[in-house]
Order: sequence, then structure tokens, then C-alpha cells
Amino acid sequence: MSKTTEFRTCPTTGLKVDLNAERLIKANAVVAVVFLAIGGLFGLLVALTRWPAVHFLPADWFYLALTAHGFDVLLVWIIFFEMAVLYFASAVILGSRLAGPRWAWTGFALMLVGALITNVAVLKGQSSVMFTSYVPMMAEPSFYLGIILFAVGALIGVFVFFGTLVVAKQEKTYEGSVPLVTFGATTAAIIAVFTIASGAIILIPTLLWSLGFISYIDPLLYKTIWWGMGHSSQQINVAAHVSVWYCIAAMVFGAKPLSEKVSRMAFLMYILFLQLASAHHLLVEPGMSSEWKIFNTSYAMYLAVLGSMVHGMTVPGSIEAAQRARGLTKGMFEWLRKAPWSNPAFSGMFMSLVFFGFIGGISGVVMGTEQINIIMHNTIYVPGHFHGTVVAGTTLAFMAITYLLVPLIFRRELMFRKVAQWQPYVFGIGVAGISMFMMGAGTLGVARRQWDMTFADAALPFDYPSAAFLMMGLNGMAAVMAAVGGLMFIVVVVSSVFFGRKLGVDEKPSYPETPPQASISQYGNAETLKIPGTVMLVAIFFIAFVLYYFVNWKYLSEVWPLS
Amino acid sequence: MAITPPSERIWWKEPIAKIELIWIIVAFVWGLIMFFMMIYWHGAGEQNLSNEAYKITAVRFAEKAQTMIDDHTVRQENNFPVVHPPPGSDVYLIARLWQWWPILELEKDQSYRLHLSSMDWQHGFSLQPVNINIQVHPGYDMVVTVKPDQAGEYGVVCNEFCGIGHHNMVGKIYVVE
Repeated sequence: MSKTTEFRTCPTTGLKVDLNAERLIKANAVVAVVFLAIGGLFGLLVALTRWPAVHFLPADWFYLALTAHGFDVLLVWIIFFEMAVLYFASAVILGSRLAGPRWAWTGFALMLVGALITNVAVLKGQSSVMFTSYVPMMAEPSFYLGIILFAVGALIGVFVFFGTLVVAKQEKTYEGSVPLVTFGATTAAIIAVFTIASGAIILIPTLLWSLGFISYIDPLLYKTIWWGMGHSSQQINVAAHVSVWYCIAAMVFGAKPLSEKVSRMAFLMYILFLQLASAHHLLVEPGMSSEWKIFNTSYAMYLAVLGSMVHGMTVPGSIEAAQRARGLTKGMFEWLRKAPWSNPAFSGMFMSLVFFGFIGGISGVVMGTEQINIIMHNTIYVPGHFHGTVVAGTTLAFMAITYLLVPLIFRRELMFRKVAQWQPYVFGIGVAGISMFMMGAGTLGVARRQWDMTFADAALPFDYPSAAFLMMGLNGMAAVMAAVGGLMFIVVVVSSVFFGRKLGVDEKPSYPETPPQASISQYGNAETLKIPGTVMLVAIFFIAFVLYYFVNWKYLSEVWPLS
Repeated sequence: MAITPPSERIWWKEPIAKIELIWIIVAFVWGLIMFFMMIYWHGAGEQNLSNEAYKITAVRFAEKAQTMIDDHTVRQENNFPVVHPPPGSDVYLIARLWQWWPILELEKDQSYRLHLSSMDWQHGFSLQPVNINIQVHPGYDMVVTVKPDQAGEYGVVCNEFCGIGHHNMVGKIYVVE
């Protein structure tokens, strides 16, 4: 097939770009953004319903919208975009042809068909079982079928990625080791294989069960394996968005990793330990031993968390080193103050980094502590946590890199630059609000996935404290802000992709700024490295982490003794 | 750059900057502290789940609960029996669409072996405002020894989605002096 492969040369980076890979990146990214819009709209409806003063949808529509929201954004938007990231990190970054473009299109078609089948099943109203579809609650067979098709399609895409790595190696399109971003994407792809295998192992029997061929599926077994997919798929996101952070740092600042060794080891920790997180969902279940819970929930002594904490220093550290090398050396934070805050690729990436660490990361570790989980499990604290990781972390990072993909891959000039400039702030701060207010409400006991927090129709009365109502109201307002930010993103990206001025073959896009430069820091700079600003940021993070961790042990110690 | 191959081919021999090394060690030690904190709490803390659980059928669990209800019901409230079991005894709470059955009346500072199981789908036992949350499965009898340390009226909210009546599934536990 190499005979038919056509390349163009990117005027900005000098990279050889396989046009097949480029078309696939475009298709996957466009479909991803469409599902982000659909899933985001469902999310807004959910948030407006949980805003007590608005209480927008009736109960059946609320549970339907919540199921669709989870599926469309958590799975469809993110995995489609990750396919684009995988093809970018292999074919484009390595300057190679894509292995098996026909297979890649087959995978794309399966994913699209699967996503549509499941959406139709949900919209018909008989499959409002939530994204998790815990047995013995049953959805229509097509609900499971669509997810299975989607997963098979994604698996094909992952193997096209691996194939492309092999092709690039054999055809010697690069020298030495693969770039760090490709290495990180490989991490994501390896975790994806594990994830999809878990999904197949549990969803295929569940499909047969819903068709009547199997009479019983153990609910605990289902949950254990389902979360092998459900949580691990979020770890694909972590590996992918950390790669995106490095990628944006390289493209906007020419930043070089402080140490290839350290950053790659941190990714390796993800491969080795992140899959254990299924246990995070089983900490208050019957039938699991505490030994099993402690080992798994901590990713074997927090070794995967260690990986994230390392990236938390090396990503901003590499930016600081690059900025200082450029002469921004005054005080602790001149490099950060004078960073290109009006460039949405940078501002989105940096907020993603900060929110993922401070909000999503810390809350995840605290909530995943065996005993502390007792005061958080299934409260709305849980969605608070994962909106911090998956939305403020992953989605914001993916939005940020889209601002680079539009000019570089779609070859269109970005439209509505003022809107683009403000978009990461509106979306990012809105999502940070969603996360914090849901966590606040969860601490006050508010249940997740629940239509009426006043319990107006319940046989026995119960009232949450009034502060909980305030939190849910603030959550609704933050969600409106995030939805505005999401809409801004969609307006900018969709109009640029379809109506933006086409860039000439040799024309470099003028916006967002991606100053071309050679790598800034050099091999063997270990003795001279100075990153005081990053050290300060990391120290603040660490203190916040330790304090919040022990405050929650304090909260736990105040509830009824249990044994 | 992170989007180009490492500038030195032998990148794995590059010395690690001191500041990176310090952070790796600090983060690693912090991980160990958090890991051992969970183990420590099993010894020193008062809030741990026993993980005692049995396979059970819905019918058998309902029978056990009914025996308790027959023996120890003290009054009715909104068509729910209010059961006052003896301290230290086995107490059963049925989760089903969309009820927590029956209402329990416990004594302050006494221990009870609370059994939780579902008759149908999964449910979530969420004791409020204490904020104790435990997952309830069909087919499993989970035993938690509870020792209420404050008198009052407590709500039991369902916090695992269980269908269209989920938000109406509220139960009650009284703790009396």
C-alpha cells in the first residue's frame, strides 16, 4: 500500500504528513466534536435538573439524559479524539505512512455505527440504565451491542497505531528512540488494549444475557470486570492528555523534557499499575477482602500516582526551563507571568494541568482510600472528582490541542480569535466550579444520579441540609458557564474547519503562535537546571494534598464506629 | 523537544537533576505513608468495614428479616413497621424497589450486626446526615457492625441508581438513648 501513500510537508514543523493519516485525524476529530456537543447538551440538561430552583427535566427524561451524557462524552467524544491523537502521535510525529488506512477507516466506521446504535437505544427510553449499566438492571440488547461495536472499532484503531510504529521503525523515518509524545501515546494504547479486553469479557456475556441466552450474571463479578474497562478507560485519558501537555509545551515553547528518563519512567508506571483502579469502585462492596482493596486501590503503594506527580513537575518544569533559557529569568514567576496567556492552546493546557492535579488528582486519591471511601461512595462527590479529571483535565487539554490541529492539520485559519482566546477560561473555570460544588454537596451527603433531592414523593420524609441545596444551585450556575465555554469551542472549531480561510500549501499559520525553535535545554543540564517557580508550585500542591488528605481522615473519625 | 526523538540516543544514562530526584523521593515516601495509613487505620481507627459477607437468596434474606420484624416490632409509622431489636443482635435491612424495610430503632452506644441485602437490583445504603455509604447487592448478605454514637433521627437514602423510583427510596433509622 505504500505505493499509494501521498505525503505533504508541513511548512511549520517540516514534518512529512501522510495524507491518509491526515484525513483520518480530521474525520475522528470532527465526529468527536459532534459527540462533545451532543453529550455536552445532555450534561447541561442534567445540571439544570439538579439545580433545585430550576429542576428542568421530568424524572424519566433526567435518567435518560444522564445515561446519554455519560456515554456520549465519557466514551464517544474522548475515544474518537484519542484515535485522532494516536494517528497524530504515530504517523505525523514520526513522519511515517499510516499502517493499513483501510483498517483504520473500518475501525472508524464501526465506532460511529456503534455510537449511533447505543444512542438510539438510549433515546428510545428503555435503556436508561446509566453508563455503568449495572446488572441485574437490564437495557435493550442494542445498548450493549453498540458499545461492543464501538470498542471493536477502537481496538482496530489501536492496532493501526501499533502497526504504524512498526512501519516507522522499519522504514527508518526517525532516528533513535520515539519522541516522548509518541511514547506517552503508546502508553495510552497499551492501556486501551487492556481496557477493551475487559469490556469485551463482560459486555459480550451481558449482551447474551439481555437476549436471554444466559440466565444470570453475578452483580459483583460484573462490577469488578466492568470497571476494568470503566476506570482503565479513564487512564487512557490520563496517558493521552499528559502526552498532549508535553506536545503543547513542545509546540508553543519548544520545551524539551527535563529528563527523558524520568518522564518515560513516569509513563511506564501508568502501564504497570493504572489498571488496578477497578478497586476504586468496590471499596464498600460485600465480598472483597481489605488486603485486596488496599493493594488495588492504591495502585500498589501509589506507584501510578507517583507517575502523575512526576509529570506534575516535569511538564511545568520543562516550560519554565524553556522560558528561562529565552531570558525570562526575573524572580520566581516571570516565566509564567509572561507566558502566552492569550494563546488558547497554552492557557487551556496550563489550566488542564493545574485543575487535573489540584481538583481531580487530590480528590481521586482521597476518595480511593479504603476507609475514606465510606463517607464518599456514590455521593455526588464522585462525579465532582471525575469532572475534575476527565473534563477539566482531559477535555480541556484536548480542546487546547485542537487550536493547534485546526491550522496544522485542517489547514484552515482559526476564526473568531477573541472567542478562542477566552474560551479556555470560561470553560475551565466553569468546569472547576462544577467539580468543586459537586464535591461540596457530596461531602454533605447528596446522592449522585438522583432526580429529586427534596424527596417530595417519598413515603418517608428526609431533608438534606440547606447548604447542600446552595451547593447544587452553584453547581447549576457553574454548569451553565461551562456550557457557554463548550459552545464557544464548538462555534470556533466548526466555523474554522468549514469556513476558515484555507491556508496555502507553504503558508505558515499566524495564529496561535507556535514559534519555531530548536530544543532549548540540552543534554546533561542536570547540574545547571533551575526551576524555582515550578518547585514552588509543586510545594503548594503537595501541602494542599497532605492537608486535604488528613482533613478527610478527621471527617471519617467523626462518623459512627463501624467494624 | 517532546515531539522529536531524544537529542541524545543514550538518553537513559542522562543524570537526573537533583530537584527531580528529590521530588520523586518525596512523592514515593508520601505514597508509602498513604498506603500504610490504610493499614494503620484497621488497627487504630474505629471506622472499618469488616468485609464479612455471605451469598444468600432474596427469599432467605427476607425470611430472616421477617422473623426479626415479627419478634421486635414496637409500632407502625406510615405503614412501615418500626423494629427495636435487642442490642448486640443481628439486624436486617431489606433494600428493594423502592423501599428500605423496615424502620429500625437502635440504642445509642450499642453495637448491632447490621445485615444489608437487596431483593432485586443494586441499591446504595446512604445513612444521612452521618454520611456512611455502603453498596448493597442482590445475592449478597453484607454484615457491618455499627455502633451509633448519637441519638436522633436518620435518613437512609438510596444512592445507587435503581430505576424510575430511585429518588423516592428513603428509609429511616432512629437512635434512642
